[in-house]
Amino acid sequence: MDKWKDNKAWFLVLPVFIIVAFSAVIPLMTVVNYSIQDIFGPGQRVFVGTEWFKEVLSDGRLHEALWRQLIFSGLVLLIEIPLGVFIALLMPKKGWGASISLVVIALPLLIPWNVIGTIWIIFTRPDIGLFGAAINGMGIVFDHTASSLDAWITLILMEVWHWTPLVALLAYAGLRAIPEAYFQAAKIDGASTWATFWYIQLPKMRGVLTIALLLRFMDSFLIYAEPFVLTGGGPGNSTTFLSIYLVKVAVGQFDLGPAAAFSLIYFLIILLFSWLFYQVLQNVGKGETS
Amino acid sequence: MKKRTVFFILYLCLLMLPIYWMLNMSLRTNADILNSLAFYPKNITFANYVKIFTDSSWYNGYINSIIYVTMNTVISLVTALPAAYAFSRYRFIGDRQIFFWLLTNRMSPAAVFLLPFFQLYSTFGLIDTHIAVALAHCLFNVPLAVWILEGFMSGVPREIDETAFIDGYKFPRFFLTIFIPLIRSGIGVTAFFCFMFSWVELLLARTLTTTIAKPIAATMTRTVSASGLDWGLLAAAGILTIVPGALVIWFVRNNLAKGFAMGRV
Repeated sequence: MDKWKDNKAWFLVLPVFIIVAFSAVIPLMTVVNYSIQDIFGPGQRVFVGTEWFKEVLSDGRLHEALWRQLIFSGLVLLIEIPLGVFIALLMPKKGWGASISLVVIALPLLIPWNVIGTIWIIFTRPDIGLFGAAINGMGIVFDHTASSLDAWITLILMEVWHWTPLVALLAYAGLRAIPEAYFQAAKIDGASTWATFWYIQLPKMRGVLTIALLLRFMDSFLIYAEPFVLTGGGPGNSTTFLSIYLVKVAVGQFDLGPAAAFSLIYFLIILLFSWLFYQVLQNVGKGETS
Repeated sequence: MKKRTVFFILYLCLLMLPIYWMLNMSLRTNADILNSLAFYPKNITFANYVKIFTDSSWYNGYINSIIYVTMNTVISLVTALPAAYAFSRYRFIGDRQIFFWLLTNRMSPAAVFLLPFFQLYSTFGLIDTHIAVALAHCLFNVPLAVWILEGFMSGVPREIDETAFIDGYKFPRFFLTIFIPLIRSGIGVTAFFCFMFSWVELLLARTLTTTIAKPIAATMTRTVSASGLDWGLLAAAGILTIVPGALVIWFVRNNLAKGFAMGRV
């Protein structure tokens, strides 16, 4: 059934358009404006063209931050998506068990992001934290303030702990939307649990998993508050991700021009990856489900 | 008991462990925490909570956060409802482009907008007001609200609209008295997600406020950076940030996941 064609529908979209334009377009124009000028102070600015973009693109520390960010997001997605699906398959289907597990699983999502960092500082301290004390008690020296590897392990553990619930909730919603008849048919055909998962459940979850993947990619790529609180980007620069580096340049050094150019490049990278994921997932497995 | 149930309960326990540890610490004095590692509080004290509820620099943080989160949720819902209806029912010039443009705002790093936001809101004299944070959070919450609501609305058959229009309903009356009650659960879920993303955001909220509208999350970072940390107090403040969200989620638990399964991708 086709939708009604009516350009008057624009009036309904107008409030959203105005409010988002106010919050997005005006600031974005300011960023573009900064990115092509050198600003000495109020009223003193010189047009510099693409100089900031060149400077930012050849900044070695930015390249390092970008690689770190890509590895971090990649690892996080590789762990969270399969784990989230697995947990969704284990979740109770109805009754009070389902209610309680939904609430409990969603709990980490509702904690302010810097509090997440605080929780993990407390949890991994070797002297007062359960995790830190336990792992040091086993004779392994673990300190995320001294060792880069330990800092990475802590951050990835934290990120998996924090966000796998979102993937699990989405996958759970996808699973519940599959009509019971599919499973009855699979049972009559004598399909194994694995075959049921691979040919029925997974293809049916494609929509929700696309959302999960996109949301997780965007948010892990934008991560700021948690590593800022937990490691502050250290030890050294080993956990300085893109956002942390950006804030360092923009607020710390107050280099508006390079920071603005950096922001625009950052935004374009996310846009590009999101578009790629979206296209790939729209086409994967189409033949099986349609 | 089946193996999957055991696995699942094990996962829930692991999930709760860091939160339990924070709860454990919030019920002990700082001296006690630093003195020994205890798996449960032996001498339970509520001193940390009492301090937060009696010190205005602490409890004002919660009030501020709740004020701007509520404002943001209301603004997001009121603007997103008609827009989502338009996207789910009509085809109009630029509909797909606008929809995608809205979603791209969900992808822009908050850090990108820090300085421009600060300047923009200074120009309007809005720095350190609740409405400034509420408006700034619209950047990512309005697109999300449109996205989720559109999914729920597309699940309502269009015959209902047609019948109502034939019966002589004008659009505003139809929308408010017939359509909105039909998607109640969708509105609940959307409100939950707006609440959640506004509640957990720190960077913008911290940049746009100084004292009057300072959110609780920022109050806590001040404590983190101060020398001589009071772990017990920090843990108690952390536990209290979880409470509002936990209350909200209880009300929408049954519809929570459904929204996304119906949403358009």
